[in-house]
Amino acid sequence: MLQSKTFVKKTKAGRVQKVVREHYLRDDIPCGAASCSACAAVEHPLAADAAAILVVDTNVVLHQIDLLENPAIEDVVLLSVVLDEVKNKNLSVFNRIKALCSNKARRFFVFTNEHHRDTYIKEMVGEGPNDRNDRAIRVATRWYQSHLGDNVKVLLITNDRDNKRKAIEEGINADTVESYVRSLAQPGLLDLVAVSTSGDVAMEDVEDLRPSKRKVIYSEHKPMSEITSGLRCGIYHQGKLRVNRYNPFEAYVGSESIGDEIVIHGRSNMNRAFDGDIVAVELLPQDQWHESKSFIADDDEDYAEEDVHLAPNSADDAPRNTNHTQSTVASSAAAVSSRPVGRVVGIIKRNWNSYCGSLEPMPMPAGSGGIAHALFVSKDRRIPKIRIQTRQLGNLLDKRIIVAVDLWDVLSRYPSGHYVRTIGDIGDKDTETEVVLIENDINTRPFSTQVLACLPPLPWTLSPEDLANRNRQDLRHVRVFSVDPPGCRDIDDALHCTPLPNGNFEVGVHIADVTNFVHPGTPLDEEATQRGTSVYLVGQRIDMLPKPLTEDVCSLRADVERLAFSVVWEMTPHADIISTRYTKSVIKSCAAMSYVEAQARMDDSRMVDPLTVDLRNLNSLAKIMRHRRCERGALTLASAEVKFEIDSETHDPLDIGIYQIREANQMIEEFMLAANISVAEKILKHFPLCSLLRFLNQLSGLAQKLEFEPNSSFGRPTFSESVDSRQCLQIVRLVAINRD
Amino acid sequence: MEYVNPLTGFRVDGRRPNEMRQLKGEIGVVAKADGSALFEMGNTRVIAAVYGPREVQNKGQQVNSKEALVRCEYRMAEFSTGDRRRKPKGDRRSTEISLVIRQTMEASILTHLMPRSQIDIFVQVLQADGGTRSACINAATLALADAGIPMRDIVTSCSAGYLCSIPLLDLNYIEDSAGGPDVTVGILAKMDKVTLLQMDAKLPMDTFENVMELAIEGCKAIANYIREVLLENTKQLECQRG
Repeated sequence: MLQSKTFVKKTKAGRVQKVVREHYLRDDIPCGAASCSACAAVEHPLAADAAAILVVDTNVVLHQIDLLENPAIEDVVLLSVVLDEVKNKNLSVFNRIKALCSNKARRFFVFTNEHHRDTYIKEMVGEGPNDRNDRAIRVATRWYQSHLGDNVKVLLITNDRDNKRKAIEEGINADTVESYVRSLAQPGLLDLVAVSTSGDVAMEDVEDLRPSKRKVIYSEHKPMSEITSGLRCGIYHQGKLRVNRYNPFEAYVGSESIGDEIVIHGRSNMNRAFDGDIVAVELLPQDQWHESKSFIADDDEDYAEEDVHLAPNSADDAPRNTNHTQSTVASSAAAVSSRPVGRVVGIIKRNWNSYCGSLEPMPMPAGSGGIAHALFVSKDRRIPKIRIQTRQLGNLLDKRIIVAVDLWDVLSRYPSGHYVRTIGDIGDKDTETEVVLIENDINTRPFSTQVLACLPPLPWTLSPEDLANRNRQDLRHVRVFSVDPPGCRDIDDALHCTPLPNGNFEVGVHIADVTNFVHPGTPLDEEATQRGTSVYLVGQRIDMLPKPLTEDVCSLRADVERLAFSVVWEMTPHADIISTRYTKSVIKSCAAMSYVEAQARMDDSRMVDPLTVDLRNLNSLAKIMRHRRCERGALTLASAEVKFEIDSETHDPLDIGIYQIREANQMIEEFMLAANISVAEKILKHFPLCSLLRFLNQLSGLAQKLEFEPNSSFGRPTFSESVDSRQCLQIVRLVAINRD
Repeated sequence: MEYVNPLTGFRVDGRRPNEMRQLKGEIGVVAKADGSALFEMGNTRVIAAVYGPREVQNKGQQVNSKEALVRCEYRMAEFSTGDRRRKPKGDRRSTEISLVIRQTMEASILTHLMPRSQIDIFVQVLQADGGTRSACINAATLALADAGIPMRDIVTSCSAGYLCSIPLLDLNYIEDSAGGPDVTVGILAKMDKVTLLQMDAKLPMDTFENVMELAIEGCKAIANYIREVLLENTKQLECQRG
């Protein structure tokens, strides 16, 4: 069964080395077809009655992955040589195709052609690796055809003209992606076909149609070899391009070689780079270093206007050059900036993604077989408009859609892309919510079964083992209560305050002990790490942990026994901390109040029940603590929170208002802060080298920039006093919160 | 890196997780030695030569005069790996492997039948591609048998590893250098006794048992092969005598 074949390979591991590896060829690799009786059965085989079994080549996988993911494409054989090439070229596409292959609902089969006795081929003399792989694909396709006999059609899908020609010469059925999809007669599918690159078949036709109209808009990117040598001798600078969020015609490249940001003005200088691309930048001569001024807004409108009335096949006809921006700049070029200005000469790594947005409104074109060229406008302003071809323009015009970028050549003003999927109607609440979620890359998928398997058995109750744990203190007898916003389901903190005989108070803060249920390294932990946070929308919450955990097991609800982590202080009536202890605990909350409720209890002088007394005690302590904290120069960074009034039936938000802060809110805030401080001190004491505490040092630097008293260090009264004007406070707030 | 393709279940070189590399054994490759053998596991190629039983050369080394003294020397040829590096004779690694092989072989040789004598086993790695220790033990077994030294049973050895959450039999160099656990097992095939068990990593108990089970299966397969080689060799000897 085993056949051994050794081949010689050269790898460079610092130096050239000859590597000899064994390569076993086998005769027991199944072909995966249900109709085949000779091969061993596989788990989810290709259908016996398939119209055609498709063999795809590497470029089809790389560029048409959106099409392959469509359920209309089935019975695909992926050769291992193709998968290897895809893996080397684009890991994200590889992961998508891998997911497809392991999806039991899809009929995608991986055939290990490189280890099959009949389909393994050796590189011939003078044959490059690409040609060899193309040949391997053809050999495997032919093997499939002869193996399965004449009643099954095996079709090689390739966009490479040369490969297709050779395949047909060798008697293999071969077709291009486009003509195959056309033969399926599903017009929607054709939109998913990515625009093929210029060397391929489809583009040829387009070029032939209007050879005279092509005009070079952007300068050609420099070849990679030139970029690397340029980078080495310092002519070019490498960095990640970041487009200005408020002005898509301005971008920055943070360059290590210069140590400053290089500004890039205008799309022609950006030279087809997208936000997030790693680019090579060439500096412009110093006399062209302008500060960009107010040419943005009207420019944008210009762009919009010139492309509204698009005739079919002429999306990039408008011959006006983007240098327009430059002329505006020249007129206002009085201020020569000290910041270096450059232009992109090459793109080292693309950061092309799929984008959310909508089509620019345009009239329905007449004729041309229902194919329309449309411009796609992304929700993200940093992304330029994208040209797409569609056969379902009428359907898409008022929809939010997702579009993927395929290429951007020098001849076209806008990048070309293809339609991926529709989200829904523009203006629809669910659609727009989904757009927001997609834009912010928030994972809304339900939790997988592996993750849910990590949950404790439900309904969860306190087990004797938890009680027997010597590190866990039983605080069920203590009068613990929680105060949260109304309707809160995930109560993660609770408090208690017991007067001691000596006149002091025992104050405790209890945080739900999530670590008891989420163990490191489990799928649950990994999923939560990826999500990072729960996302709160107006009418929806996207959880970081599954609902049973957040809303039940780890929610410190009233009258149930829950596991918690507690910080317990002994405090004098003047809120001086005498002692602090930290413990795992079991608590039983006696009341889950809302802020309003707690406030009402405190204000109502007729109520003298123990719970209310506790609240009042806590409140008076909190007031002292708050006052003391402000004295020490605390900077209040909390911005105004908004709340929504929601229609009780339709769940549509009706009104928006400022969330009212009550004393009760401040009281809870104060104790949470105090608990944080105590825990931070404890961590710092025991792990001085690796404790991760927030450090707002950059604020002092900022303060200097804003011309505050230069030596005012953060935390001293001078600082917060000097941050008095509203505008400055705003800036400090932005820096403190948004520093990333 | 994926050492086992999750989609097809094949390893990097086209084997399944529970498959061994191709074996080859040849007896009588060093004419001057009393017994010798060449053993190949895929690209790992090892030559073993046995001298003895003969008189003890250095009396000081003899611990127990009622039993034969077994000595072993393991060496890697300078050309055995891709990079040409001088391998000193007494380095830690080869000293350790020498010791391991000696102890493993000693366990099967009937030393009490050959008092006041010495048996020298020399093993030389001609080409290394992972699992040299196992290959050396297998080669030494063949060479000892060729030398006609009385043994309790055939000792065979095979390694198994655990990569990508799958137990893998007979690791080659790429898999070996992946940094995962590498369990080398030596057994007395017929008596079903373990004479060697080495692992230089941590592995949960239940997984370890699976990996070891796999390695033992591999040892048994090698034992069958070695028996065949010996049988073939005996037949040839018979023919030569007429």
